[in-house]
Formats: sequence, C-alpha cells, structure tokens
Amino acid sequence: MAMGDPQGRQATAAPATSVPVLELRGISKAFGPVQANKDISLQVARGAIHGIIGENGAGKSTLMSILYGFYKADAGEILINGKVTHIPDSQSAIRAGIGMVFQHFKLVQNFTVLENVVLGAEEGALLGPSLAKARKVLTHLAQEYELHVDPDALIENLSVGHQQRVEILKALYRQADILILDEPTGVLTPAEADHLFRILANLKREGKTIILITHKLREIMEITDSVSVMRRGQMTTTVKTAETNPEQLAELMVGRKVLLRVEKQPATPGRTVLEVQDLRVKDRFGVERLKGVSLHVRAGEILGIAGVAGNGQTELLEVLGGFATGTGTVRMNDKPIDLSGRHSDGQSRRRDGIAHVPEDRQRLGLIMDFTAWENIAFGYHNDPAYQKNRFIMDNARLLRETAAKMQRFDVRPPDPRLAAKNFSGGNQQKIVVAREIERNPDLLLIGQPTRGVDIGAIEFIHQQIVKLRDAGKAILLVSVELDEILSLSDRVAVMFDGRIMGERIPGETDERELGLLMAGMNGKAA
Amino acid sequence: MDRLPKWADAVLVPLLSIVIAFVLSGIVIAAIGENPLNALMIMIDGGLGSTYGWGYTLYYATNFMFTGLAVAVAFHASLFNIGGDGQAQLGGLGVALACLFIPWPNWWLALIGATAAAALFGAAWAAIPALLQAKRGSHIVITTIMFNFIGAGLMLYVLKHFLKPTGSQDPSSADFPAHLELPKLGEILGAVGIPFSKDPPVNVTLLIALAACFLVWVLIWHTRFGFALRAFGKSEPAARYAGISPVRITMGAMLISGALAGMMSINNVMGEAQRLVLNSSEGAGFIGIAVALMGRSHPLGVLLASILFGFLYQGGAELSMWTSIPPQLIWVIQALVILFTGALDNMVRIPVAAAFRKFGKRRT
Repeated sequence: MAMGDPQGRQATAAPATSVPVLELRGISKAFGPVQANKDISLQVARGAIHGIIGENGAGKSTLMSILYGFYKADAGEILINGKVTHIPDSQSAIRAGIGMVFQHFKLVQNFTVLENVVLGAEEGALLGPSLAKARKVLTHLAQEYELHVDPDALIENLSVGHQQRVEILKALYRQADILILDEPTGVLTPAEADHLFRILANLKREGKTIILITHKLREIMEITDSVSVMRRGQMTTTVKTAETNPEQLAELMVGRKVLLRVEKQPATPGRTVLEVQDLRVKDRFGVERLKGVSLHVRAGEILGIAGVAGNGQTELLEVLGGFATGTGTVRMNDKPIDLSGRHSDGQSRRRDGIAHVPEDRQRLGLIMDFTAWENIAFGYHNDPAYQKNRFIMDNARLLRETAAKMQRFDVRPPDPRLAAKNFSGGNQQKIVVAREIERNPDLLLIGQPTRGVDIGAIEFIHQQIVKLRDAGKAILLVSVELDEILSLSDRVAVMFDGRIMGERIPGETDERELGLLMAGMNGKAA
Repeated sequence: MDRLPKWADAVLVPLLSIVIAFVLSGIVIAAIGENPLNALMIMIDGGLGSTYGWGYTLYYATNFMFTGLAVAVAFHASLFNIGGDGQAQLGGLGVALACLFIPWPNWWLALIGATAAAALFGAAWAAIPALLQAKRGSHIVITTIMFNFIGAGLMLYVLKHFLKPTGSQDPSSADFPAHLELPKLGEILGAVGIPFSKDPPVNVTLLIALAACFLVWVLIWHTRFGFALRAFGKSEPAARYAGISPVRITMGAMLISGALAGMMSINNVMGEAQRLVLNSSEGAGFIGIAVALMGRSHPLGVLLASILFGFLYQGGAELSMWTSIPPQLIWVIQALVILFTGALDNMVRIPVAAAFRKFGKRRT
C-alpha cells in the first residue's frame, strides 16, 4: 500500500483561474558533463493542452522525469497551483495530482484492466472492496470521457490503443489533475489517434490540464492550445498554437530551415528485383505472423509498407534479411533464395545483393560497444577487400574507409574510433545507412529509417534513400510513420495481421483510406 | 557516461584494488599477532627478491597465463568457461600419453607433440559443454563446472587403472623418459650469459605462454573470426542479423578456450612433475578466472595479472615457511585479491571515476 490514499492529496476544488496550474522556474539538470535541462521556465494554464516539442535528446523526457519525481533537478522549483511543491518520487507526483502515460506502457500483462488500475492504490488488506470501488469509478469515467474498456479483460488481450486507455484510466483513478502523455500516438493507428484526441478534448473540457510530448508537428497543430519548443536542453520558445505554423516550429526545433517534404522525381521502375509469393512465417510459439504475403519490388522504385507496428512488418524484414525462417517463394534477381535457414543466413543475403537497415538499430544494426569503424565492417567483415591476407583483417584500411564514409554521410563527430553508443541516435542511424547504402546493393531493406532520429538527420536520410532509388536500385521501406511512407514511397502496401490489405499509389490515396486498411478494413468499402 | 582515461582503467583501478586487498590482509595478519610489514617483506623477498624467487613466480605465472587466456577468449564471446581446471587436467592426460607412449627422439619434438596433445585433449573436454550450449542451450557455466568434477573422476580412474605402474601405491603415472625434460629458464638465460637460478621449475613453456598471449591478441582484434566472436559476445541478436552463426562462434571460442587451458599442462606436467599426478592443475583453472577478470580479458592484462598471482603463490609459500602464519591465511590473502580485483571492481571504479570527474571539472 505504498501509493497512499487517493483522497489524501490537497483539494483541487479552488482553482484560482489566474494562477497557472503548473509552473516551472529555472529548472536545470546535468548528467555529468551533459546539460540536459538548462534554466527551464514554463507556465501551463489550467484546462489547457500544452505541447512540448523538440528533437531527440532536446531534454523533453528529462524535464518530464523531473516533474514526475524520477530525477531530482540540480536547480529550480516546481509550483503546482502557485505553491512550491517538492517532488522527490513518483508517489509525491501522484499526490500533487500529476499523472503520467509513458510511451512504453507499465501494465501487468496477465492482470485484468481492473487489477491494473487498482495496483498500487489498493485500500486495506483485502482486495475486494478496492476492486468494487474501482469498478464504479471506471464506469463513471468511461461515460464521462469516452474511455471505454472492459474492466475484466486481460491486458494481453487488448489492442495497443485500449492499453493506452488503461494507462489514462490509471492516472485518472489516482485523481490526476495534470496528465502528461509521452509520444502517445507512436503506437496507434490514425483512427485510434483520433479517438485519443477526442478523449483528450473531453478531459480538457472537464478542466484537466494535459501536457503532450511529441515530435509530430501535425499533432501539435491539431490539438494543442500552446506549444513550447525545446532545443539542446533549453526551452527556446513558448507560443500560442494558433499563432504559429509547422514550418516555423520545425525551424525552431532544429535551428535552421528544414525541408518537410521529400523532393523527388517520379520513379522510372525497371525489371523486378524482388518477388515474394505466399510468404509465411511462424514465431517461436508456432503462431503464424506472416500469413501468405505476396509483393514485388522493381529496380528504381520504393515500395513502402505501411501498418501499425506488430502486424508482421518485422517478420517480413527478418526473413528477407536472412535471420528468420519461413515458407513460400522469394526470388531475388530471378534467383530463388532459401527461406529455411539451412542454406542461407545474413551473409548469403548480402552476397545475393540484399542490404538491410534493420528497424532496431541499437539491438540489431549496431554493436553499441564497437567503434564506428568496426560497425562499418560489421556484417561485411568477411569481404575480401577488408582482408590483408588469409588470416589478418585490414583494420587500417577500414579506418580510412570509415573516415571517408563519415565525411560523406555527415556523421558527427567524424571520429572512426568512437564507440557507437557515444553517437546520438541520428548519427548512429547515419552509420548504419552509410554502411548499407555504400555497399551499392540491388535491394535495400530499410525499417523505420528515421525512428528516434532528429529532423535534420531525417531530411538527409530521406535524400540518401531517394538517391539510391534514382541509381536504379530497389527499395523496400517499412515504417509506422504514415507521413514518411506517403512522402517517400512510389507504391504503398498496407499490412495488417500478417497480410497485405491492399496497394495504393501515394498520390491517389489519403491517410483516411490507408488508416482504414491499417485497421484491417477494406479501404474500398469506405 | 563517466568514462575513465585508459591508463586509469587499466592500471590505477587494479592497483588500488590490490592495495586495499593487502591492507585488509595486513589487518588480518596483525589480528593473529604477526607483523604485517614483516610478512609483506617476506613475501616480496621470497617472490621477487632473487632469481630463485622470480623463477617460481614465473613458473606459476606460466600456468595462469594459459588458464587466464582460456577464460579471456571465452569471455569475449560472452561465454563463461568455468571448466578451465578440468580442461587443464585432461590436457595433462594428453601430455602424459604423448610423452609415455610415443618414442620421441628429443625434447623439442616431444614438446611440439605434447603441446598438440594437451590442446587437443583440453579442447575435446570443452567441446561437449560447448555443443550442449550451442545446440541445446544448456548453460555453459553449469555444464563446464560439472565437467570439472567428471574430469577429476575420469583422471582418477585412468591413473588408477591404466597409467599407474604396477605395484605403485601412488595414483600417478610413471616418470616420463629423462631425455624429454624441458630446458629450464635458468639454462636458456645462462646460455646467453644472463645469470638465473636453475633450481626453480620455470622452463621453456614460459616462452610458449608469451607467444600464446600475442597470438590471442592477434586472434581477437585482427582476424575475421575474432571480429565475429567479439560481435557475438556483445550482442547475439545483432550477430544473427549480420549472419554470424552462434553455433560456430560458441564452438570455436570454447575449443580455443579449452585448448589454451589444456596447454597449461605442458608447464606443470611435462616441465615440472615429469609425470602425471592426481589433481595436476592444483586449481590453476580457477585462478584463471580471476586473472582474466583482473586483466580485463586483454592478453597484456592477463600477462600482468598472471605475474601478480604467481607472486602471491610463491610469496605465500615463503610466508608459511618462515612465519607462524598458517597456510590457510595465504588463501585468505589470495581470495581478498580476487575479491577486490574481480568481484568488487566497481567498488573501487566508481569512487575513482567520481574523483576524476571532480578533478576534471576543477581543471576546466
């Protein structure tokens, strides 16, 4: 019973409208030599939806972690309803009326919704009364805010969108007055995101204050009342959303003018490079994750695979990349390739002309403890060009080559001896992209090319992908960012539940139609 | 986030750990009524004060270099080979068989043959746990430690039933032919005019151990296999993405590891005892773990840590000879060094890193 009594905090009954519900004064936080937050001041009015936007590493998460009691600020103070409040841990944050919905949910998978909501806020030694009370509160909240979830469903059986609602319910059950959402739409379909925004609007109407952390400019424009831009640990600007536009916000985030659209010529597709027929993949539990996928990619075109994460895109990349097994037919340059894993692996795929930028660069694409030059060799370390003789690798040549690649791909700092973990997300991704694109592959598999990458680097990586296409190479792009799919692809295939739901041409479709396909509904019917 | 300069990481931290271990040992020695400074002087004098002392220190260090390298190679593949002791004992069997049953014309041909046999037997003993890990996922720590016991039992059986000369009461093999005796370091150095005691058992195997250090360094940082091995050790999912076969790396790393552990036996079985005795490795396989930990799995670190532990062994033997400090206390000292350099490394590292941060800030 560590969480304390939900009723135990100060009453919120007297909102003096002029006093900001939340005020930060001069918050600073350093990790070693890195100044994550520098003298941040912010005022959020009661009943507002306030957006915080910034690149990765700009300090958004650190600031929210301070607010939620995970970190202690080096300097500065937090005022709730005009009163200086100390938040040494998350329980204090909850008592102060702050609720947090994390990007990665903190739910017990094999508990019911009700049990998850009560967990940590139980009253008394017996569970029964708490559960009964929570059931009543949930029914009430569901009606009030369109937050419908079956209280007796197990979390593991819920969709991601519903799980997120449970997180919001948890916060509301603890009587949160200020709700912080960290990148809430990253895992949602467009329809689910729309529903979330309706919920947020309802909460706002009831006088709750919402802080929305995101890197998506569109969401900021759509739902927030005011927005603060963070850059390099500092809060550079706070503006009314109505008085700004996406271009200006992007410029404020990056510190220079950014091209939000990808500039490219129409594709001139050639022969078919990759042909996939009836591809099926089972996971280690025997559950079929790819249920007969057929597609093809031609030379000089980008095929984008849209879909909500977890609908088979990962398995598709893994089996094509040679480190998962499947059944069906896959032909690469008219030559059938092995899918059983008995005669093929990542090495044979590379010899077949397939390069792969994996979705999870930190887990798969890079060895974080390896230096940049070792990571440039990674996967291609058997290349005869990298050997001095039969036994010894030509490390000196790799160092030189890496330095040149880092120059061409603008990797900063351009130090081939620096470990991968010491680069920022965007520069890590540039290392992977440089390694794979510079092999000049016939087919590039690229998953989530710009996940966790800052806007400046996104622009660069997109240009490189288009450049490879224009050089007559085939590209299979997987992304959960619909904007990215629409602006890069020449054709879009939508995946749902291990199947291709349909194919569209970007210019002839819209987010609504694709969103329906992503949710498993046939777009033509709508 | 807070990183130490390379020299502090490689030298300062281990050195501080050793100093703390010695101070604690000194307190224990004082507590049983002996003079700790006197004890330290005896250890230093006995282990490093003469070429005789150095000879023994280096003899032990040779053992530890092999077993330390064995653990280090497996560490780079993220495999914890605790079975170095069993692999060393099996290596000893290989040496004994090669020396007893093959009529070698001279010592150096025998040395080549015995080295190959030692490596082969050691690798073979590591191969079974490796295969179980690679194919069946049985955890290598469990299997290798069990194979130490199986190995010890096997050695007793083989010695008692096959290698013991008839009529002998002692479960050990017959003496190797006299002409297979390896040249002592004292003889080698004497030949080039450097005076060095010929009494201690340190022998030509030391040079093989040094060569092994160099070759392991080349293997780990300059070959394709070493590259793949390190990649696998750092991240298995990434290694699979790159097409590096987990089975091949696990087998390769463990075979090399077992071979290195087995090669220790050319030093103690062929170089010193000149026959195979029960428990020939005398726990050197376990010291190898501490050596690899302290040496940060780098061959140069293993080399230096081996010499330190060789000194502790030799100095400790002298201590029990000249004082009333019981031999068990020597184990306490050795255990403290292992504890501080291996297991409690962060206890020293974190304050040192903090001190560096503070100092660094003041300077800039």
